[in-house]
Amino acid sequence: MSAGTDTNELFGDVDLGWERLKGRAFLGFCIAASGFGVFALLLLLGDVASQAVTAVFVRDISVVRFLTESASRFPDEAGFYAAVVGSAWLMLFTVLLSFFVGVGTAVYLEEFAPDNRWKRLVEANLANLAGVPSVVYGLLVLAAVVNLTNPLSGERVGPILFAGAVALALLIMPIIIVSAQEALRAVPDSMRRGSRATGATNWQTVRNVVLPAALPGILTGTILALARAIGETAPLIMVGALLTARRAPEGPFDTFGAMPTMIYYWADRPEVDFHYLAALGIVVLLLILIAMNATAVYLRNKYETEY
Amino acid sequence: MSDDRLGITGEVASGDRRNERIVTRVLQGCAAVTIATTVAIFAVLLDNAFSFFYGQRLHEAVLGATLDQRVGVVEFITGTRWAPYHAFPDYGVLPLINGTLLITVGAAFISIPIGTATAIYLSEYASERVRGVLKPTLEVLAGIPTIVYGFFAISFITPVFVRPVFETLGFSVSFYNAFAGMVVVGIMTIPMVSSISEDAMSSVPDDLRNAAYGLGATKQEVSTQVVLPASISGILASYILAVSRAIGETMAVTLAAGHRSQMTLNPFVEIQTMTAYMVQMARGEAALGTVEYQSLFAVGLVLFLMTLSMNLLNDWVKRRYREVYR
Repeated sequence: MSAGTDTNELFGDVDLGWERLKGRAFLGFCIAASGFGVFALLLLLGDVASQAVTAVFVRDISVVRFLTESASRFPDEAGFYAAVVGSAWLMLFTVLLSFFVGVGTAVYLEEFAPDNRWKRLVEANLANLAGVPSVVYGLLVLAAVVNLTNPLSGERVGPILFAGAVALALLIMPIIIVSAQEALRAVPDSMRRGSRATGATNWQTVRNVVLPAALPGILTGTILALARAIGETAPLIMVGALLTARRAPEGPFDTFGAMPTMIYYWADRPEVDFHYLAALGIVVLLLILIAMNATAVYLRNKYETEY
Repeated sequence: MSDDRLGITGEVASGDRRNERIVTRVLQGCAAVTIATTVAIFAVLLDNAFSFFYGQRLHEAVLGATLDQRVGVVEFITGTRWAPYHAFPDYGVLPLINGTLLITVGAAFISIPIGTATAIYLSEYASERVRGVLKPTLEVLAGIPTIVYGFFAISFITPVFVRPVFETLGFSVSFYNAFAGMVVVGIMTIPMVSSISEDAMSSVPDDLRNAAYGLGATKQEVSTQVVLPASISGILASYILAVSRAIGETMAVTLAAGHRSQMTLNPFVEIQTMTAYMVQMARGEAALGTVEYQSLFAVGLVLFLMTLSMNLLNDWVKRRYREVYR
């Protein structure tokens, strides 16, 4: 008997050609699927870019005017200025509200909390909060802040910028906490022990040793969380952000509009002229997002220490 | 040298202990904020949703306010017409849930197969270099604001893809349609499925793969019959997260799918999801205390309960099907 027949008897029920074909088809499907995501991304960016280019070169929308004017009924007079300023204010108060509480929670969970039921409850709750839809945060702030009666003036608090910042701060708090926890975990225990051996208390160790070592990671996580917040539309609409902000907000207690709500308003208008403005607004928003992400990556690469 | 510079005196030590206690209290307070947020969400939604049904907020009712039945709970849960603005208003939430589920299921048909196949490619086939480029590129999809997806839907998906293709096939497609919503929500949830599933697949130890190869399995068989089952808990968790995200997705579906609540499974007509209704209502600035304003919270409560149960299911799946390899 030749070796060939042996193989045939052993693998008689296996059609190797068919197996190979199946393997190829499967790999092809997987590659196509991976390509689909990339293709969709390119299509999306291409669509936005082409509309923005049309806006500037075909519709003759002046970029300078777009960046210095505010909302208007007439598409050729409308601009993005008030929305950009509104978003900048929002980010300022969002980071003030969420950073310290978020990092404090992370420090508590990683450095102070005994491993008990309370700690597990806080951590399980964080996972749940991260899954709450952003509109719900808007609803919470609408009822708990915006429609609250101000005890000093006896009037409704109203849709002020500060309320929007509260909604965004609550929304990104879980993200800040989890990323800060990861940054704290990356600090090796030997550094903590070294500090404790010199007689430092737990808090002194955290303040002088752990936090400085973890700070770049914490800041990176915070910037990425803010990048998430700056594009959020739904919570701002729920708290009553102005869709047509004709002037920039002057402080936290002023009414406000923001970049994403302005884009929504323009995109939702039936007139196609407004769609071009929306495309330009999206380009501005995406450029800001890229800048924020680049800063985060830069921080991480510059200050990242391998222990 | 004076005594207090020699070492820790009793006074310094007790000062440190006091600081330590204060700091611990403050940090505990920070952690309590996260718990308070959850409690506040529950309390605010229940309190205000109660007024939708009984005319008084829950805490007012507990304090003794007289109830005034406005919308029946049964009517709300089983009603098939949602028309709060109509002269004869109806408050049946089913059309909104129908819209939300239509989008969610449609999006899952896109994100689950594509995300899973992408995860298999990334974890089993792709070279280190391809992976290093492909993975961050896909994650960009998750970082794009949802309002941009909404714009993409109405400026590209509907006019360039859905309408030409399906109108040629003989369907009548309205400008706002559920299909465009499904497509964009599907696309934006691909990276959730692919990156979480890929993490799960990558943590399957090579011994399992090698054992299967030793038995003569092909790469495709190893991927689908060994790696996939071995990482099923992580994969299911990614599916649940994607579905939960699709249920709560707001701006993309608001722009793409429109504002006409109806009980339909036809993806080519205008529908309204729960989230889209909330946006429409909030835009209209309904006066405080009106049924329209209160309906926001009733719908919000339903939405919150749906995503909450998804999160709990996710927890359960992770615990139930977790495989620990060492």
